[in-house]
Amino acid sequence: MTVPVSWYLMLAAALFAIGTIGALTRRNGISIFLSIEVMLNAANLTLIAYSRQLDSHTGQVVVFFVLAVAAAEAAVGLALFIAVFRQRHTIDLNRINLLRW
Amino acid sequence: MELLVFLIFAFLAVAASLVVVAHKNPVYSTMALVVTLFAVAVLFVLLGAPFIGVLQVLIYTGAIVVLFLFVIMLLNIGREESQLAGHKAQFFTAIFGSVLFGGLVILALSSVRMGAQSDGPSLALVSLKGLATTLFTEYLLPFEIIGLLLLVAVIGATVAARRPPQGEGSVHPQKEEAQP
Repeated sequence: MTVPVSWYLMLAAALFAIGTIGALTRRNGISIFLSIEVMLNAANLTLIAYSRQLDSHTGQVVVFFVLAVAAAEAAVGLALFIAVFRQRHTIDLNRINLLRW
Repeated sequence: MELLVFLIFAFLAVAASLVVVAHKNPVYSTMALVVTLFAVAVLFVLLGAPFIGVLQVLIYTGAIVVLFLFVIMLLNIGREESQLAGHKAQFFTAIFGSVLFGGLVILALSSVRMGAQSDGPSLALVSLKGLATTLFTEYLLPFEIIGLLLLVAVIGATVAARRPPQGEGSVHPQKEEAQP
């Protein structure tokens, strides 16, 4: 028996919620990035599931683009963390609050 | 059979993503992220997107996760320094996450017809040729723009992570420049 597409969508919803909770509660910059990667993957899973449901390649193409954007985001974000670490010697977001208020 | 594979890897993905979110040590979190990405890649293959599954393993676990590990080792972050958000904030975040999950599930169930499908993914959907044709005809311009985006990201990352120029005689040159 094949698995209904709605199960995949529910799994993606669970992953997205877990990633959101992580991104909101963690205080380590790297950990927040990892949580965001989980959220991106949940979105990718949703896109692939709808691609299967609609029998169309468009969802897969969009996932391709999302992968590329995730790579760019990781490269730039981690470079920013290195730059911040060089100045502050921490990437604890409780201590990097220059732009917060 | 497909149901069994789905259940195993769905459970694996959720458990590993919980570890990603909950573990104190970023190295363990990154390793759990690898497990999550692999499990989701298997689900991609189940959904009739084997090429995207391969890309996921190659790009995410091959490049992005290695980059993460590299930076973690480079900065020697180790365990988190300060506490997580306060208990009250965690409570509200948990409520927010539950509401988000419920909303997404309702949205998913309302958009897809229920019940098991009798057939697997169609041959046209699985074929790499069809994906390539869609990518290089209908979405050619976005594809080129993505290339440009990656180039700009590489240049930006190089500039941002570059060592500040020597010989300025100051430990925090940027800080002084920031003053008007």
